[in-house]
Amino acid sequence: MGRIQLNQVQKKFGDVEVIPPLDLEINDGEFVVFVGPSGCGKSTLLRLIAGLEDTTAGHIEIDGDDATMLPPAKRGLAMVFQSYALYPHMSVRKNIAFPMRMAKIPQDEQDRRISSAAKALNLTDYLDRRPGQLSGGQRQRVAIGRAIVREPAAFLFDEPLSNLDAALRVGMRMEISELHKKLATTMVYVTHDQVEAMTMADKIVVLHAGVIEQVGSPLELYRNPRNLFVAGFIGSPKMNFVEGSEAAKHNAQTIGIRPEHIDVSTTEGAWQGTVGVAEHLGSDTFIHIHGIPGCDPMTVRASGDVMVNHGDTVYLTPHEEHIHKFDAQGLRIG
Amino acid sequence: MATQHSRSAARLMMAPAVILLLGWMLVPLIMTLWFSFRKYLPLRGGDQGWVGLENYARFISSSSFWPAVQTTLIIVGGVLIITVAFGIVLALLLDQPMWGQGVVRILVIAPFFVMPTVSALVWKNMFMDPVNGILAHLWKFFGAEPVQWLSQESLQSIVMIVSWQWLPFATLILLTAVQSLDSEQLEAAEMDGAPFLKRFWFIILPHLSRAITIVILIQTIFLLSIFAEIFVTTGGAFGTRTLTYLIFQRVLESQNVGLGSAGGVYAIILANIVALFLMRIVGKNLDT
Repeated sequence: MGRIQLNQVQKKFGDVEVIPPLDLEINDGEFVVFVGPSGCGKSTLLRLIAGLEDTTAGHIEIDGDDATMLPPAKRGLAMVFQSYALYPHMSVRKNIAFPMRMAKIPQDEQDRRISSAAKALNLTDYLDRRPGQLSGGQRQRVAIGRAIVREPAAFLFDEPLSNLDAALRVGMRMEISELHKKLATTMVYVTHDQVEAMTMADKIVVLHAGVIEQVGSPLELYRNPRNLFVAGFIGSPKMNFVEGSEAAKHNAQTIGIRPEHIDVSTTEGAWQGTVGVAEHLGSDTFIHIHGIPGCDPMTVRASGDVMVNHGDTVYLTPHEEHIHKFDAQGLRIG
Repeated sequence: MATQHSRSAARLMMAPAVILLLGWMLVPLIMTLWFSFRKYLPLRGGDQGWVGLENYARFISSSSFWPAVQTTLIIVGGVLIITVAFGIVLALLLDQPMWGQGVVRILVIAPFFVMPTVSALVWKNMFMDPVNGILAHLWKFFGAEPVQWLSQESLQSIVMIVSWQWLPFATLILLTAVQSLDSEQLEAAEMDGAPFLKRFWFIILPHLSRAITIVILIQTIFLLSIFAEIFVTTGGAFGTRTLTYLIFQRVLESQNVGLGSAGGVYAIILANIVALFLMRIVGKNLDT
């Protein structure tokens, strides 16, 4: 069980309101990702749930019980930290055993859980090493192992992959998703990387300056962003925003069109522009096009075999059905 | 840069400093060894020739030798235990955010700047004086008989004075170690269900072990040779005669340089035995 409910939770540091009162519901077994730019309060929100920070106002319920005043250890949650926070003077085995030792779980039960966690995380050969002798990915797995053996109501991850190199990050992303499928325990995951959010989440919570901008499944957020912030934050490369007369044609203050929803042609199209930098990724080419009224430069995703040169004139045609319309407040229309 | 030529030039240029330091160490050491084998009484006939190991035999068979060794070890051990224990507590307290942190930290370090002679005299006359001392007044205020600190509780008093002097050093080193502890580790332990005492025992103390080792090693070196504190308070009476003080008495009060030098050699051996033990016990902490 791991249902977490936030009611009007607010956090102030001194006079600075980091998180204005917010409501959020995390269902049992869900993989929820808090995503937002740095300083948006996502880590603070996670620490409020963990109990490492006190709430200024509001209530946090875990499985229906008010946990607002409970100390972190009593909430039945396990956390994986950005720096892994392994205990450097203990072996991997002792690190993993530490929470069970604190909970006074019998030795044979401890051994059983350690060996099953080590097997699941490929750590069996490393149990007697110190954290200092492990690679980044292995340390990450030890930190996860230490969380698993507690059999918590929910896992909390605070940017767990940001210290890993790119290749390892993709691998660990898969492993964590796999683990979630296997354990079916609630996971709350904080990241600033929208790719991590899109690939792992059942439900994404987009935060901006402590305010929840939108909550929804990855595809919902991609297809129907509620406002300009979410539209610009989700999706890579980022959505193009067009203002001025082109937007007015659609009765909007701003229209948004994703790079993958624009056709490129060298002969004809709705908008005319000149090619700037082209990023060749092999399968795709991202072309930055200058000279489009109301949007400079506009990014377009073309297939990898489109050959254009710097300075060429090209014509762009957006897919009408994929145009997002926003009003003067930045909110979605229609 | 590091050609054969520049290396030998570098050696040549370092030589004066190395030779000076070596001489500074070797000359007194060799003179001590030399005098320890001679009968040398400056006011009673001067250098009277070679006597072999007689000085060594006399020094060690003297009734004050083993008590002096014991006193030395009690003072060193007592001060180490007090400074490390209170140093850890103070370091943890000073690490807490509080109002006036900078001023408080400077005040805590202040005793270290007071010269040993001065601080010992202040303790003797202002705190421990059985008639006018603050402690005597305190005892009287509660209706108790004032303690004759430096005569009745002489060894404890010396340990107290020296601990007061060295506590800032221990606190300072341990505070920097406490500050270098990753706060996420403590938070992780808190989430893992460890209350404060267990966090202290399993996380903070192991983290501090290296700093504690350094404090113990450095303090031992200095504490084995404390002198001024004893000289200005008890003058070596009431069971406060350390090995250092015994050597001082043999050389200057009995005017027997040969006997004192033999004592000096014993002090070197004692210091090395202590160092060996310390290295065995705590030195392994420095490897990892």
